[in-house]
Amino acid sequence: MAGILVYALHDDEGNFNKNSLGALSEAAKLAGELGSEAAAVIVGDIADDAAAGLGKYGVTKVYRAKNVPEGLAQPIVDVMAKIIQDDGFTYALFGGGLLGFEIGAGLTARLGAGVTMEVTKVKVDGGKLVSERPILQDSKIADVGYVSEPGIIIGRLNAFDIVEGSGSAEVVDVEVELSEFSNKAKMITRGEQRGADVDIEAADILIGGGRGLGSADGFKDCEELANSFDNGAVAATRAVVDAGWYPYAAQIGQTGKTVAPKLYLAVGVSGAIQHKVGMQNSENIVAINKDANAPIFEFSDLGIVGDLNKILPKLTEAIKAKKG
Amino acid sequence: MKICVLVKDVPDAAVQKRIDPGTMRLDRSGENTLNPFDTHAIEAAMQLKEGGELQVDEIVAVTMGTNTAQRALQKAVALGADRSVHLADEALAGSDVCATGLALAKVLESESPDLVLLGQQSDDGECYTIGAVVADHLKMPSLTQVIDMKVDGDAIRCERQAEYGYDTVALTLPAVISVGDAINEPRYPSLKAIMGAKKKPLDTKSAGDVGIDGGQVGEAGSQTTVIALNDPPQKEAGEIIEDEDTAETVEKIVAWLEERKLI
Ligand SMILES: Cc1cc2nc3c(=O)[nH]c(=O)nc-3n(C[C@H](O)[C@H](O)[C@H](O)COP(=O)(O)OP(=O)(O)OC[C@H]3O[C@@H](n4cnc5c(N)ncnc54)[C@H](O)[C@@H]3O)c2cc1C
Ligand SMILES: Nc1ncnc2c1ncn2[C@@H]1O[C@H](COP(=O)(O)O)[C@@H](O)[C@H]1O
Repeated sequence: MAGILVYALHDDEGNFNKNSLGALSEAAKLAGELGSEAAAVIVGDIADDAAAGLGKYGVTKVYRAKNVPEGLAQPIVDVMAKIIQDDGFTYALFGGGLLGFEIGAGLTARLGAGVTMEVTKVKVDGGKLVSERPILQDSKIADVGYVSEPGIIIGRLNAFDIVEGSGSAEVVDVEVELSEFSNKAKMITRGEQRGADVDIEAADILIGGGRGLGSADGFKDCEELANSFDNGAVAATRAVVDAGWYPYAAQIGQTGKTVAPKLYLAVGVSGAIQHKVGMQNSENIVAINKDANAPIFEFSDLGIVGDLNKILPKLTEAIKAKKG
Repeated sequence: MKICVLVKDVPDAAVQKRIDPGTMRLDRSGENTLNPFDTHAIEAAMQLKEGGELQVDEIVAVTMGTNTAQRALQKAVALGADRSVHLADEALAGSDVCATGLALAKVLESESPDLVLLGQQSDDGECYTIGAVVADHLKMPSLTQVIDMKVDGDAIRCERQAEYGYDTVALTLPAVISVGDAINEPRYPSLKAIMGAKKKPLDTKSAGDVGIDGGQVGEAGSQTTVIALNDPPQKEAGEIIEDEDTAETVEKIVAWLEERKLI
């Protein structure tokens, strides 16, 4: 079967990742155009009906490797490489995320395959897939084709929309012998939440704080500013979450949340692509950054080049005064 | 034990990066420097060595690149590497991720490292993938985006942020670890280290020296091809305010927000 194979990632409760579901829908659509089929790969003990349920997103078959652990890339490379080789898939597709990068890269090595990452769109051209890949900080878009089969496509976060229908997929259990080195990485804890469980998704106004705040203390000013608005909350970049300055639940971006508030006000945030993908659909984007060349200014509606330490307290005061 | 650190020579951040429309490759004619993300990998290697829990005999900086890469290697040595290896060959030009990963794996194989460290991304390529490609060729366990490493017997216990929160994973050595930029604050090299860097051994190797078959690398070995290069959709440029008088700046911001009924 010449088709498209998609990895569907799930958490410890068995919930599938939204980006994986987007990738399934995209693969089904592309397979339709190519006149082939799309299939999913899942690992771990996912129940029959949950596995078959992935058919709702258009895949006709779900390969399930029950005894393979979820969460680390290399065992999944073993599984996908075998399926691709045995059943002759021509493409592997991943939704945006970290594991997709690692598994896709592993397959590249294992199968001597071409890979594109951060793909924002996939087109069909002459019976083959072509990936649109933004390069050089999104200043250009390269159309990339694959010389040989299979081609590996790693999507950008939120690149592929979820399309839910009503189908049911055939579930096929696969037995795969893992490579020796795949057993040399052991998951000790998975998906640990760090810091408070804050809710940022319901806020109309988000103040996004980054490394420019200088320390965890800087977030107090952000909270003050957020509180001066109606329904404001504070969000964060990965840099500050990794540093332990703010809770993971507030993180925006590739390995955090995706938001689209009425206002996203970024302070001390450089605007790295992995952050941008989580907030670029905000209705209004305002950025305060002392570096006039910061990438965030490329996608802000209002940019203030200046020191946040000077601006933030005065801005809070002024907004509070306005509201009286 | 031996730690190899993969480092890349990239166009300086201040240089406007562009693609040569003739070759569809990155124009590398401007000023180059050591990929800033790789300084975190060198620092991580230094901290393992200085931590004393592992007996680190040697830190080797390894690169694949053109002649200008020597300066990046010297910078890596100034930051702490003991020596460096430069894989340089005409045959490697135009390598994609698949070909680059294979070539780097071959040169690493010739060094038999106990640990390979690398940066989270190259500033020019932004591929985030080389670590996992190299690891599969070397048949070593690997992890990317690592922000904390602790020695735990013959394993390294790593932490990293993944899709659902933080994962803690133990990798048995030898392993390939790509570090996130939050793992450490790289030190500044001392003047003495900078001066001494040129005297440390630098091996230049050709593709043949490390057993690379020319057909597997460069344009010949690449499995992707750039068909076209386009401009992204034009977005209307935002308004920019230079903060000179903060009271005035704040007034302008407030007015802007009010106009859009955000206050
Ligand atoms: C696979 C992968 C996944 C990732 N996932 C995410 C993710 O989910 N979310 C995310 O955010 N990132 C993610 N990242 C990291 C991302 O690449 C950036 O490293 C991160 O977003 C940078 O955070 P920052 O803007 O806070 O820090 P920096 O990039 O360090 O920017 C700090 C900014 O503050 C400015 N500044 C400093 N001082 C001041 C001052 N006094 N006044 C005003 N401005 C000041 C500086 O000019 C600078 O622009 C990911 C990376 C990878 C490779
Ligand atoms: N040509 C190269 N030579 C040495 N190391 C490299 C090279 N290309 C990439 N790397 C390493 O791989 C990491 C990730 O790069 P990339 O996958 O291109 O984003 C970089 O931070 C480097 O450590």
